[in-house]
Amino acid sequence: MKTLPALATVRDWLDEIEDPEIPALSITDLGIVRDVRYVDDVLEVALTPTYAGCPATQVIRDDVERTLRARGVDRLRITERLAPAWTSEWLSVRGRERLHEYGIAPPHAAAEAGLALGPIASAIVRCPRCASGETREQSRFGSTPCKALYRCDACGEPFEYFKPH
Amino acid sequence: MIATARDPRVEYVMRLGDNALVLAQRLCAWIAHAPVMEEDVALANVSLDLFGQARLWLGYAGELEGAGRDEDHFAFHRAASGFRNVLLVERPNGDFAATTVRGYFFDLWSYLALGELARSRDERIAAIAGKTRKETAYHLRRSEDWLIRLGDGTPESHARTQHAVNDLWRYTGEPFLRDEIDAAMLDAGVGFDPATLLDPWNERVRSAFSAATLAIPSDPWMQRGGKSGLHTEQLSYLLAEMQALPRSMPEAAW
Repeated sequence: MKTLPALATVRDWLDEIEDPEIPALSITDLGIVRDVRYVDDVLEVALTPTYAGCPATQVIRDDVERTLRARGVDRLRITERLAPAWTSEWLSVRGRERLHEYGIAPPHAAAEAGLALGPIASAIVRCPRCASGETREQSRFGSTPCKALYRCDACGEPFEYFKPH
Repeated sequence: MIATARDPRVEYVMRLGDNALVLAQRLCAWIAHAPVMEEDVALANVSLDLFGQARLWLGYAGELEGAGRDEDHFAFHRAASGFRNVLLVERPNGDFAATTVRGYFFDLWSYLALGELARSRDERIAAIAGKTRKETAYHLRRSEDWLIRLGDGTPESHARTQHAVNDLWRYTGEPFLRDEIDAAMLDAGVGFDPATLLDPWNERVRSAFSAATLAIPSDPWMQRGGKSGLHTEQLSYLLAEMQALPRSMPEAAW
């Protein structure tokens, strides 16, 4: 009988898979790998979507399948776990550093969005290029569901902010 | 959980999915037509979230039904009479004000409804509601911001927004009507009583309208029918466009 790869090894393999929309992040940085375990000799990987309609979800699922099969995992089941819902709190510390280096401001603490009117009160979003706090929200929606559009008044550059969610 | 053929949960979950699907399809028609680029991106994002929500709900409806229909089958191979969305979401886009007002009325109801459903005894419904409520809060904040900005804006934006309100108000009653499906789901601990959301909805609308200097129409007459499959003709045009490709080429694949 074939020896099954250790779960720690499987996690290392998963950590090599890039997020298709923000390749600076691995899928484990993003916090969407919720569980890796064996059920008998079947490897089960539980993934959670960031946003319900994020088109990257299917691509990630395919990437996980392809990566693990290439490593010789032939008994594999990938499941979708919706609860608890993904939150940007699950981004790893390394993931936050990588976002910053990539030019995307990492998210502040995610508060319950609630029903309050007006702009979402949050800590100062620093420009990832010049570190100024003189920044403005241009749009709460950006090029992907997880990002908002900001502009730095100090250096004049637009940038993206990974939304606290 | 697999439902029996007459399980009202199938119908119940289809309503939730169809609301999201029809509004998503409406909103994606704005792409490349929005007044500014940021709004183009925002409308596309909201649309995408709603397509994702529709997929979760309709996928579950198919599993409950157990007849082999998946979310694509529900989306592309039902006639208008098979759809269970409220009439509000199938109203045409109109101008940006009409789209905003329609979105606001729906987003507010949806946010409140998902809050109730997040406590459903049906774990899958609770999980989908808990997840999608978070993104619906974004939609609501945006539509409310715009409602206030347009209503309390220029004479032109105010007039257009008030016109949209007058036109759409009669479609705001249906989501709060309780029928036998709602009653069965309430009894089973799966759903909630839609009538209980009317007060919080009205209260929020009143405060937003006050900030937006908009008037709430006084005519109490409300339109209904969508939840039981009686739709306006506008839904048929929407479906004709949405379903054209899979219906003419059922074997088409990416």
